[in-house]
Amino acid sequence: MLDSKDRIFDNLYGFEPWNLANAKLRGDWDNTKDILLKGREKITEEVISSGLRGRGGAGFSTGVKWTFMPKEPTGKTHYLVVNADESEPGTCKDREILRNEPHKLLEGCVIACAAMGAQVCYIYIRGEFINERYILESALKEAYDDGLVGNNACGSGLDIEIFIHHGAGAYICGEETALLESLEGKKGMPRLKPPFPAAAGLYGCPTTVNNVESIAVVPTILRRGSSWFSGIGRENNTGTKIFCISGHVNTPCNIEEEMGIPLKDLIEKHAGGVIGGWDNLLAVIPGGSSVPMIPKEICDEVLMDFDSLQAVKSGLGTAAVIVMDKSTDLIKAISRISYFYKHESCGQCTPCREGTGWLWEMMEKMARGDAKKDDIDTLLSLTKRIEGHTICALGDAAAWPIQGLIRHFRHHIEDRIDQYQKESNQNYG
Amino acid sequence: MTVKRLADNQDINFKFDNKDLKFLNSLLENYPKDKKQSAVVPSLFYAQRKAGGWLPEKAILAVSDFLDMPKIRVLEIATFYSMFNLQPSGDHFVQVCGTTPCWLRGAENIKKACKDYIGQEREVSKDGLCWIEVECLGACVNAPMIQINDDYYEDLDYESTVKILKDIKNKKNIIKGSQIGRKSSEPLERD
Repeated sequence: MLDSKDRIFDNLYGFEPWNLANAKLRGDWDNTKDILLKGREKITEEVISSGLRGRGGAGFSTGVKWTFMPKEPTGKTHYLVVNADESEPGTCKDREILRNEPHKLLEGCVIACAAMGAQVCYIYIRGEFINERYILESALKEAYDDGLVGNNACGSGLDIEIFIHHGAGAYICGEETALLESLEGKKGMPRLKPPFPAAAGLYGCPTTVNNVESIAVVPTILRRGSSWFSGIGRENNTGTKIFCISGHVNTPCNIEEEMGIPLKDLIEKHAGGVIGGWDNLLAVIPGGSSVPMIPKEICDEVLMDFDSLQAVKSGLGTAAVIVMDKSTDLIKAISRISYFYKHESCGQCTPCREGTGWLWEMMEKMARGDAKKDDIDTLLSLTKRIEGHTICALGDAAAWPIQGLIRHFRHHIEDRIDQYQKESNQNYG
Repeated sequence: MTVKRLADNQDINFKFDNKDLKFLNSLLENYPKDKKQSAVVPSLFYAQRKAGGWLPEKAILAVSDFLDMPKIRVLEIATFYSMFNLQPSGDHFVQVCGTTPCWLRGAENIKKACKDYIGQEREVSKDGLCWIEVECLGACVNAPMIQINDDYYEDLDYESTVKILKDIKNKKNIIKGSQIGRKSSEPLERD
């Protein structure tokens, strides 16, 4: 378990005020100038050696991502864009950072800009987080007034501007290139890559997009040292992580824990256990709605980190743990996720635009049992025809939850079909 | 994807006054001078507030004039993003999260509470209430939850939802956020 001295987000729950004076008491903005004066290479090296992997889902090394930015000035503005468009079902960690620890995020933005040679940072916050945006805007004003952001930020000689932009309800804008399109005032439709944003991103300029949590942990890493961060968790899966535990648990909550904590410990120690006890557990979606579910047998042992969950054909994603006990209609639960993807498909690629609708319709049939057993294979084949055939990963994200359901709970679907047959035979037979 | 169309009844006046233009111009300062289009979402957001929670065609035109954007480019933004309402949505616009994490914890009961106390989805009641089911609002450990205008109401059940809706009708003060006494998303045993 994580020692409380190793916790990064001391004010995750907002028991103390978010404002600058209180944030400074918690150690934020403490001699940021010295960190900035370490220079680009040193800061990036430190973040790479801490082992920090992106907290938005993909799990790519944050520091390595920064090195993709041009080393020399290109004559264009270089941008950092912070992805605060948190919309992955199950995930609600960035919201707490935005409203309770905004100064950790802002300080992280300044440091990350210095590390990648960016002059301007945009924080793209989802439209629904209206009060959270007001708090972030007030915190930003405090930081400007205190000379921490803007010209000669923190007295470092660097000019770093931060702006806050918001969306208006579109899950797809969490995809980095869709987010850039949206920030340019267009529909949030993902771009083809390459070119990657580091070469041509916002307004065609070099851009790096990072998740809120990835950026907000950076100041603490640099203050306490990369070896402190890499000493937490397991090799290649280091540091602390905010887990969001929702669904059928006694005390759903956000909690910062070490990477690689056993899933069972996470649920039992922090979320009050599964409703009705551990043996009442049916399945868990361990990383937000896009990753395949895992059944109880796997939950008994699995560790919560990128590599452990990948090894059981799921993923850490955003570390949003959705717990489902034995009362859950699993087929209906996944069908509701399929509806989500149908609703959120941007409509650009045919396999996703058409396919997500078909997936949902077939899942609804499966939920009623109004299908043939062969249809399960048809459904599986349909997911394979969407997965990997679209510009962005939304198509994959729509396919994986269904693949996970069929992989582990095919018998549930078959039983439902048998039951439906039996009932209709009784009614008409 | 969802289908959204302009409302049939467009009998409403809409024009930005000087105060509005001052605010909209301040938005433009967030973007490079030649990238005014970037302000389209925040501008429509502002216009929607001014018009009382929805976007009449005149508001869309006013934004397109202000940003020098073709009308169709603004209209497609208004239809693409789910928070833009092209139909009147009442004074108290209730968005019920129905995605799986909320569904697991009883979002169906919250929808039932809205049906019982407001009426059919998308219809504005005579008290100015209107509800719709929306996708994940990002407060999953506080499920089930709703958003009414700007504010989140969390850790709900049928009774607490009905109480909130009744209190709105009776113009009483309502506690925002968690309805079981949580500060935010810390673990707390329910009674």
